[in-house]
Amino acid sequence: MRRFLGFVKKEFLHIFRDVRTLIILFGIPVLQILLFGFVVSTDLKNAQVALMDLSSDEITQKVTDKIFSSGFFSRSETLLSYKDIDKVLRKNKTKAVIVFEKDFGKKLISEGKAVISIITDGSEPNMATLITNYITAIVTDFNRELAGTQAAATQLVQPEVRMFYNPSLKGHFMFVPGVITLIMILICALMTSVTITREKEFGTMEVLLVSPLKPVQIILGKVMPYFLLSFINVIMILLLSWFVFGLPVKGSLVLLLAESMLYILMSLSLGILISTVSKTMQQAIFISFVGLMLPTILLSGFIFPIENMPAGYDWVAALMPPRYFITIIKNIMIKGTGFFYVWKETLVLAVMTSAFILISIRKFKIRLQ
Amino acid sequence: MRTLLYLIRKEFLQIFRDKFIGRAIFGVPIVQMLLLVPAVTFEIKNVKLCIIDRDMTTESRELVNQLEGSTFFKVRFSTFSEQEANDLLHRGKCDLVLQIPSGFGKETGKGNPGRLFISANAINAANAQLSWAYLNGVIRDYNVNLMAKNTGGSTFAPVPQIHVTNRYWYNELLNYKYYMLPGVLGILVLAIGFILAGLNLVKEKESGTIEQINVTPIKKVHFIIAKMVPFLIIGLTDLAIGLIIGKLTFNIPFEGSIALLFLGSAIFLVAVLGLALFISTFSGTQQQFMFTAFFFIILFVLMSGIFTPLESMPGWAQKFNLINPAAYVMRINRMVMLKGSSFQDISRDIFSLVAIAIVFTTLAVYRYRKTA
Repeated sequence: MRRFLGFVKKEFLHIFRDVRTLIILFGIPVLQILLFGFVVSTDLKNAQVALMDLSSDEITQKVTDKIFSSGFFSRSETLLSYKDIDKVLRKNKTKAVIVFEKDFGKKLISEGKAVISIITDGSEPNMATLITNYITAIVTDFNRELAGTQAAATQLVQPEVRMFYNPSLKGHFMFVPGVITLIMILICALMTSVTITREKEFGTMEVLLVSPLKPVQIILGKVMPYFLLSFINVIMILLLSWFVFGLPVKGSLVLLLAESMLYILMSLSLGILISTVSKTMQQAIFISFVGLMLPTILLSGFIFPIENMPAGYDWVAALMPPRYFITIIKNIMIKGTGFFYVWKETLVLAVMTSAFILISIRKFKIRLQ
Repeated sequence: MRTLLYLIRKEFLQIFRDKFIGRAIFGVPIVQMLLLVPAVTFEIKNVKLCIIDRDMTTESRELVNQLEGSTFFKVRFSTFSEQEANDLLHRGKCDLVLQIPSGFGKETGKGNPGRLFISANAINAANAQLSWAYLNGVIRDYNVNLMAKNTGGSTFAPVPQIHVTNRYWYNELLNYKYYMLPGVLGILVLAIGFILAGLNLVKEKESGTIEQINVTPIKKVHFIIAKMVPFLIIGLTDLAIGLIIGKLTFNIPFEGSIALLFLGSAIFLVAVLGLALFISTFSGTQQQFMFTAFFFIILFVLMSGIFTPLESMPGWAQKFNLINPAAYVMRINRMVMLKGSSFQDISRDIFSLVAIAIVFTTLAVYRYRKTA
């Protein structure tokens, strides 16, 4: 035991000696949470929309004012012919064109019907649907006002809606948990996989292996300092998301911290597993960064909800550890649920952690070729 | 010139001597493209509904039937207990709870207003708003029918209505694969080039082999160029592989010139490699480089508008994108591939990228010291 403690102390010294890495280690997650908490959002804001008003009468003027005073759009060009639409959309600044047909106002009064066409840039499908939906909603509203002046149409059915958990509909609630999850798994997996392969690459692993320490102790000793560092990291990140983004911790703080420890442990053991299959630091970095980054961003439900994925992908997503942690944090922090609601996710993370550790122990080679 | 060729050959040998890396450089992009491009959509399918029907009249049942008939909603649960419904919402088993209080049918039948209570899980605010809007649409239709029925359909004179038609250009069916592929491809090229080039130089520093080059009369520019060219070629090969996969498996359209696409990506790669080498001249160990690279790559990727719209970002983030090479290449890729934009359309992006590439590369050459 004393030997082991000595080894852990040595590892701590190693880490603290490299001040630059230490600064980076704490600075990066904090900076990233701050940046991405503000940046990652799918709300519609200031979308550039061009106008092609072939009629220019009182009613088109009213509808136009209503659309552009909504705050979601800002007006870019004014077009005169259909030929210009392609030119404008191709430049990529303008995302949509609103077209009022000829004699819009006259038709509306005499025929009771007039048409607005919305032409959107489908190369960004999400933006295109959002813009279409919002403009349609505004026009529907306008229709209702129009009807209201004609016949006093009362709403017979009055729905009342309550937005649970996030009454002010903040985008942060969706994305901040994802940012935490993404950054923690990448940093933890990178750190452990690199420190262990570093010893291999420089040949110092041999020195450790001939020491009386058991391989398990060597690995544990290497991971322990990072476990502590990451835990401090998580605490800092949670404080930030609380104070800066107003993310509440409605549930038990102790449970949240315990789950975070489990997640860190899982990420660190994933790092260990990566280190057992890679011979050089380059390989370790390649697997834990290039290999993990995109799947974590795309398949964990961070930006793109898993329910919307095509058939079969729920199984692929089930293999991604981050998705469970995202669910856990959202449940504990935002919904305020207890352990009873997240025990399944916790169990999966625990099983994954033990699997990673077991495979690593079996693959760990005492002799170097 | 001959020195340069020899140097480049040496770099290639060094890269591909590591069999794992040699395979991963091409294998990882192929696997990730095939796996990730089809995965992602923003479309909401199947909003899970829980219904508390305390009324149990023909009126309330008709409303439920209309909801069941819509492709957007799936009525998953039906209960009489509010507590159970809230619990289902809590556990994420349903997204919306619709409560029809008793007396709903009676009141609306008499022409009095009837109330409905809806609870939505709004953690994903955008989804919640959209599902609510759809639900409201169904309720509105129901309302119109009800009013027509109550008044015998006679006094319901046609009201002038503005109709909205819409079209999606360049991607009629809103195929998300067309949107994802250029982005995913850009990120893979960025990450692979950035990491490998930077690590390559730091590794030479760490193992001391750089000294052996420093004592030769090789020029600084030649050294940096030789470190860039192999990764430029690798990156463009990855791009070609990615495009072939896109064409063969996802049938991605190529509206514009492929040469223009490669030109954009080549300049992008020079900028990225220049930055990677510049950072590596600062880094003493591969670890230090890796964390700095981690910071920049994630920063470039999440700020570039590849996954979330640029317009939704705050002003300072949009300004940052003026120096973010990933933001330019993402735009160029999408514009050229999907819209068939010409050189004139993207000239500003291309020239900005050229400027960034020149700055980063010059910095790298300047910072690289042959003396320790």
